[in-house]
Amino acid sequence: MASLNSVKREAFFRGETANLKFDPSARYGSDRERVAVKEKDYNSREMDNCEKEKRDEREKKHGGDTHKELEGYVGFANLPNQVYRKSVKRGFEFTLMVVGESGLGKSTLINSLFLTDLYSSEFPGPSHRIKKTVKVDTTQVMLKENGVQLKLTTTDTPGFGDAVDNSNCWQPIIDYIDNKYEDYLTAESRVNRTGIPDNRVHCCLYFIAPTGHGLKPLDVEFMKRLHDKVNIIPLIAKADTLTPEECRDFKKSILSEIAEHKIKIYEFPYCEDEEESKIQKKLRDRVPFAVVGSNRVIDSGGKKVRGRMYPWGVVEVENLEHNDFIALRNMLIRTHMQDLKDVTNNVHYENYRYGKLAPVQSDGKIKPGSLTKDPLTQMAEEKRDHDLKMKKMEAEMEQVFEMKVKEKKNKLKESEVDLQKRAEQMKKGLEQQQKELDDRWRQFEKEKQEWESANDRHKDILDSAKKEKKRLF
Amino acid sequence: MATTEVERTLNHLSRTLNLTGHVGFDSLPDQLVNKSVAQGFCFNILCVGETGIGKSTMMDTLFNTNFDSTPSSHDLQDVKLKSHTYDLKEKNVMLKMTIVDSQGFGDQLNKEDSWKAIVEYIDTQFDAYLQEELKIKRSIHNYQDRRLHACLYFIAPTGHSLKAIDLVTMKKLDSKVNVIPVIAKADTITKTELHKFKTKIMQELVTNGIKIYQFPTDDETVAETNTAMNGVLPFAIVGSNDEVKIGNKMVKARQYPWGTVQVENENHCDFVKLREMIIRTNMEDLRETTHKRHYELYRRHKLEEMGFSDSDAKSLSETYEIKRQQHVSDLQKKEEEMRQTFVIRVKEKEGELKDAEKDLHVRFDGLKKQHADEKRKLEDSKKRLEEEINAFNQRKVAAQQASTLGKKKK
Repeated sequence: MASLNSVKREAFFRGETANLKFDPSARYGSDRERVAVKEKDYNSREMDNCEKEKRDEREKKHGGDTHKELEGYVGFANLPNQVYRKSVKRGFEFTLMVVGESGLGKSTLINSLFLTDLYSSEFPGPSHRIKKTVKVDTTQVMLKENGVQLKLTTTDTPGFGDAVDNSNCWQPIIDYIDNKYEDYLTAESRVNRTGIPDNRVHCCLYFIAPTGHGLKPLDVEFMKRLHDKVNIIPLIAKADTLTPEECRDFKKSILSEIAEHKIKIYEFPYCEDEEESKIQKKLRDRVPFAVVGSNRVIDSGGKKVRGRMYPWGVVEVENLEHNDFIALRNMLIRTHMQDLKDVTNNVHYENYRYGKLAPVQSDGKIKPGSLTKDPLTQMAEEKRDHDLKMKKMEAEMEQVFEMKVKEKKNKLKESEVDLQKRAEQMKKGLEQQQKELDDRWRQFEKEKQEWESANDRHKDILDSAKKEKKRLF
Repeated sequence: MATTEVERTLNHLSRTLNLTGHVGFDSLPDQLVNKSVAQGFCFNILCVGETGIGKSTMMDTLFNTNFDSTPSSHDLQDVKLKSHTYDLKEKNVMLKMTIVDSQGFGDQLNKEDSWKAIVEYIDTQFDAYLQEELKIKRSIHNYQDRRLHACLYFIAPTGHSLKAIDLVTMKKLDSKVNVIPVIAKADTITKTELHKFKTKIMQELVTNGIKIYQFPTDDETVAETNTAMNGVLPFAIVGSNDEVKIGNKMVKARQYPWGTVQVENENHCDFVKLREMIIRTNMEDLRETTHKRHYELYRRHKLEEMGFSDSDAKSLSETYEIKRQQHVSDLQKKEEEMRQTFVIRVKEKEGELKDAEKDLHVRFDGLKKQHADEKRKLEDSKKRLEEEINAFNQRKVAAQQASTLGKKKK
C-alpha cells in the first residue's frame, strides 16, 4: 500500500503525467505495474544538476516585480505531494443524502455506486423501513480503496412522499440539515477546539419518478426549499422504463421546469484542462442523470456485468449507452467529490452562518457596516464611539453649565448693583429731608428767639410801666 | 481484496465494508491536491538574527533567486520588521512567499525589548486572521494568509553557547511560531567545534525549556528521515550568491585563499539538509502546525481574554449577544453616572447661588429697615417741630392778647 503511494508520488514528482497535472483517470491502471524506486532524494539531486545546467543560460533576474525566476530547482513543487500524503493519512469523510419516494431504487443505486452492500438484508434500505412520519436516518460505513480511507455517511428519509398528505414532509429534512450546520457552527465557535468533525450534508441525490411527464409538485416544492441549503443532484430513477427519445424529452422538460421555478441545482464546475473538460462536458450534458442500479452481476455476452436481465435483453448498469450511471459515478465520486464538499463549506454553510449571526435591527434591516466587522472589533468600535460621545456630551454639559452659572452670577450682580443704587437714592432722599427739617428748625429757633427777645423787651417795658404805676399810687 | 468481516464499532454503529470493484474515490486526494494547486500556496518565513549574520543571503540561496534586499547598517534605534512578498512558480506550483526580515535586531545597547516588535508582528497577523474568521460575512477560503509559518533563528557562530538575547527571544517565540534555529556563517567553525557547539546549544535549549520545531515523525514515509534530521539540529549553514567553477560545474560557493566552501556539499555544511527539511519535506507540516497549534493557542487566549469560555453550554452567537448586551448596558450605565454627577454639580451650584441671593436680600432688607428707622425719626422730629411751632404760635397769640389788654388798661 505504501509503495503504491510512493510510486504515485514519484510519478507526480517526475512530472510523468502528460501535462504535469494530476490526471485522475490516467492513474489507475498503469501505475500498479511500476516498481517502487529508490529514495527520491538521489533522484532529485540528479535532476537538480541537470536542471541547473539547463538553466545556466537563462536570464538571471526579473527587475522590480514580485515574480522571481528561480535559477535552480528549489523543491517546493513537492508541496502538492506533501498535501497528498497528509490528506491520505488524515482520511476523508463524505455525507450523502438520498431522498425520494419509496420503491424508486435508492438503496440499489447506492449499493451500485459504491460497489458494496451498504443496504442489505441486515441493514435494510429506506423503503423497507417506512414509518408513519418522515424520519431522517443515517448509516455510517468505512470504505477503503488503494490506501485511501473514506468515511461515508448515508442519510436517508424513509417515509418521504409516501403519506397521503405530504405537505411539509421536507421539514424533517430541512431540520436535519440545519442541525448539522448548527453543530458545525458551535464546534467552530468554541474556545477550545480540536478537530471539528464535519457531518454536514455534502450532497443530496433527489430521485425523480420516471413518469416521462415532468416534475411532480412534491419534487418542485422539495427542490425549491432545499436548493439554498444543500447541493441537489436530481436523478431520474429506474431509467430502464424510458426509451432514449422519451428520456431526452423528459430531461428537457425537467430542466425547463427547474429553470422556470428558479431552482439552483448543483452545477458541475468547468475544468481548466482542455481534454478533461471535453470529457466532462459530454457527461455534464446528461444532467439530470437517468440511472439504473443493480445488485446482481449477470453474465452478458461472456463478460460479467452488473445489470438487470429482462426477457428482451440485459440492461447494463455500467454502459453509457444504456443509462447515465457511469456519468453519475464519475462526476460524483471520481472528479467532483471534493468540490461538493467545498461548495457545501464555502457557500451553503456560510449562508447558514450569515443567517444565524447577522444582527438584524429592530426595523428588520441589517445595521450597515456590521457584516464586515467581527463582533470583537464591533464592540471595540462601539466602545470608542461611545467614549467619544461621552466626551462630547461632557464638554457640552460643561459649557451649558458654565454659561448658566455666568448668567446667574451676572443677574445677581445686577440686582446687587440695583439694590445698592436704590439704597443710595433713598438715603439721599432722607438726607435731603433731614436737611430741610434742620433748616426749618433753625428758622423756627431764630424766629422764636427774635420774638422772645422782642417779647421780653415788651414785657420789660410793661413791667417797668407797671412798677411806675405802683409807685405813683 | 482480502475478505473482512463486517465489524460494528460500539459507539457509532459504523461498519467497514469491502468493495467488490473499483469505485474511484481513491482519486479524492488527487482532487484535493488539484484544488490546492489551482488555488496556489503561500508560505511566510521570518528571519531573526543580528545584522550582518547572513539572513538575506540565506534566503537567496535557499530559494535560488535574488530577492532584492539592501544590507542594513548597525545604527537602527529599534527593531523593525520588514516584509516582502514574492510570487514564485515551479512546475505549475505557484507559491506566494513572504519573507519577513528583522532589521536592527541585536544592535541596540539595551536589547531587552528586541523581541517585542517580533511578537507584536506575529500577533498582528494572528489577529487579522481571527478577525476574518469571526466576521459575519467572511471569505476565509480566499483569505491571503500572512501568518508566519516558520522562523529561522540565526545563531552567531561563537562556538561556545547561546547568547542571552538568543535565549530570551527564542523563549518568547517558541509558543507563537515554529522556531528553527540555525548556526549562521558555519564556515568559521571546524567539525569538532561544531559538534560541541551543537550539543551545547541543544542542552541549553532543553534547560531553558525552549520548544523548537521538531520534524514530524508520525508519517511512516518520512518518519525515518525526519528522525535522523531531528538529531542533527540545529543546522549549520553557509549561504552564498556567488558561483564558483568546481570541476566542470558552476556551484554556489565561497572562495577563500585556503579553499572553497561549497554550499551544497553535505560535508561542508548542512544547507542541503535544511532545504530538504523545510521546503521539500515538511513545508506543509509547518503550515499545518502554525494553523492547528500556534493559531489555536492564540485564539484561545484572545477569546478567553475577552471573557468567552466554553463552560456555559451556550453557542458562541448567544455568548456574543450576552456580551454585547452587557457591553451596551455598561456603556449606558456610564452615561447615566456622568449625567448624575452633572446633576449634582448643578444642584450644588444652584444652592450656592441661591444662598448668595438670599444674603443679598437679607442685606437689602437690613438697609430697608435702617432706612425706615431713619424715616421714622425724621417724622418724629418733624412732628415735634410742628408741635413747638404750634406752641410758639399759641404763646405768640396769647402774648399778643395780653399786651393789647394791657394797652387798653392804660
